[in-house]
Amino acid sequence: MAARSLVCISCPIGCRLTVTEDPPGTITVTGNQCARGEVYGREEMLAPKRVVTATVLTDSGEVRRLPVKTTAPLPKELINGLLSALYRMRLPLPVRCGQVILHDVEGSGVDLVATRSAE
Amino acid sequence: MKKRSYDSIVIGGGSAGLAAAAEIAGRGYHVAVIERELTLGGILNQCIHNGFGLHYFKEELTGPEYAERMIDMTAHLPGIDFFLDSAVLEVKGPRGGEPRSGAENAEGPLHNGGLVVYGISKHEGITEFTASSIVLAMGCRERNRGNIGIPGTRPAGVFTAGLAQRLVNIDGYVPGKDVVIVGSGDIGLIMARRMTWVGARVHGVVEIQPYPSGLTRNIAQCLNDFNIPLYLSHVVSEIHGSRRVEGVTIMPIEDRHEQSAKSFRLDCDTLLLSVGLVPDNELSRRLGVVLNPETGGPYVDASLMTSVPGVFACGNVLHVHDLVDWVTEESTRCGGNVCDYLAGGKTPWQGAVAAGANVKYVLPNRYAPSRKNVFYLRTLVVKNRALLRATIGGRTLLERRLPHVQPSEMVTFTLGPDAFNGAHGTAGQGGLADGRLEVSIE
Repeated sequence: MAARSLVCISCPIGCRLTVTEDPPGTITVTGNQCARGEVYGREEMLAPKRVVTATVLTDSGEVRRLPVKTTAPLPKELINGLLSALYRMRLPLPVRCGQVILHDVEGSGVDLVATRSAE
Repeated sequence: MKKRSYDSIVIGGGSAGLAAAAEIAGRGYHVAVIERELTLGGILNQCIHNGFGLHYFKEELTGPEYAERMIDMTAHLPGIDFFLDSAVLEVKGPRGGEPRSGAENAEGPLHNGGLVVYGISKHEGITEFTASSIVLAMGCRERNRGNIGIPGTRPAGVFTAGLAQRLVNIDGYVPGKDVVIVGSGDIGLIMARRMTWVGARVHGVVEIQPYPSGLTRNIAQCLNDFNIPLYLSHVVSEIHGSRRVEGVTIMPIEDRHEQSAKSFRLDCDTLLLSVGLVPDNELSRRLGVVLNPETGGPYVDASLMTSVPGVFACGNVLHVHDLVDWVTEESTRCGGNVCDYLAGGKTPWQGAVAAGANVKYVLPNRYAPSRKNVFYLRTLVVKNRALLRATIGGRTLLERRLPHVQPSEMVTFTLGPDAFNGAHGTAGQGGLADGRLEVSIE
């Protein structure tokens, strides 16, 4: 039986989770105070994901870098590829907060959106 | 010199200033917001990570998203003027800058525009603003190398974590390639991940305390995800390098003793300091506002008014908050109090508030038993199943069991007129001196 101790990163409370797999294929999460903790514990065991926040260079002299985020946690193995792509981009303004910058990152179903408006 | 007159002047256009100004303008008063940067939103603009707004907006936002929502709720209001790229040089109190003691202030408000703010900007030169009230909302600033006294040479490459965050996220410069971080506060932890994601190598986070001071989830997602070592009970005892940082010496602390024989060196070109925040009260001090050494911010009465009549304070200039959501709540409330003051309402009787056992501070410093009082408290201890207790003269007004308290997490509670009924019965019999509200954690 495999048991792992994790800290839930879904919110600032940071519940201490115990995730067990017994029998193989059946995952049980304890220690969570809400449903998000259960999802996090399960995903962390099977396929860890993280929300990515970063900035993208713009074509403007005033707002030089535009902050962006993924709309949902992205599989960890896709993060470095996304960051490399972002750091090669040059984004034309204007952009509205929430506007999709990259659609369906690497087929993950997760979008990358702007987190501020800039003219 | 240009002259302008307002009902209220808000100094600072960050989360505190915006919330206060929105409330004041929303109730029909004429308000000016003076902001030093080109954009509103303050420090939120550089905090591009998520985790903001869970309490206030009931969803998880990044800093810039939170800022934009605050701006959208504020900017369209009639009666509000923004002065961006404008610095405040000086604030003068009524009667030629000789503030009265506000602690016993029961006089009516000044409606003669008795307060003066001098601002300066490229486009307007010097402007003299007069107003009946001022909201101090200047936020806080970072402690730096001088505050913690790290010995060694003085090379380039030593930054506060927040400055590095600004350089990376706003200006687009990466301040170094090989990084060591001092202090495990949330800004330092967030910057460990940020620097890694922009291609730098973070070689360690050094924390003097035996426990991390940031959120556990940030230890998990900002350090453990990248195998960045966290050196608890360690200090940076020396900075090496002449023109640029070349490395640091790290020394363990055991039983409060420095173990220099066990110290080791980490090579790096950049040292980031995340060693605490202090309310930015230079303007307040020169105005004559009395400051509280426990918070670094002004003493305030039940309406968040400082010792200078008509001058209010909210947000991180009052005390450093851990969540922006609380800043918004406090500042909105402050804006409402400013409106009551401008309307000429009579100041209700107020009693003193004192920090009891295991409490670093409780704010505000006075309470008004006839009204709803919202308190913010910071503990001195880490404790599970702690008992929060509020008493007046031995009578208990509130007892609440808290699952967990620690110094880095603010505790909040409310006492309304109901709670004071009975407990305050002695006031009528000349017992006002006994009306001190004491708050403790046991």
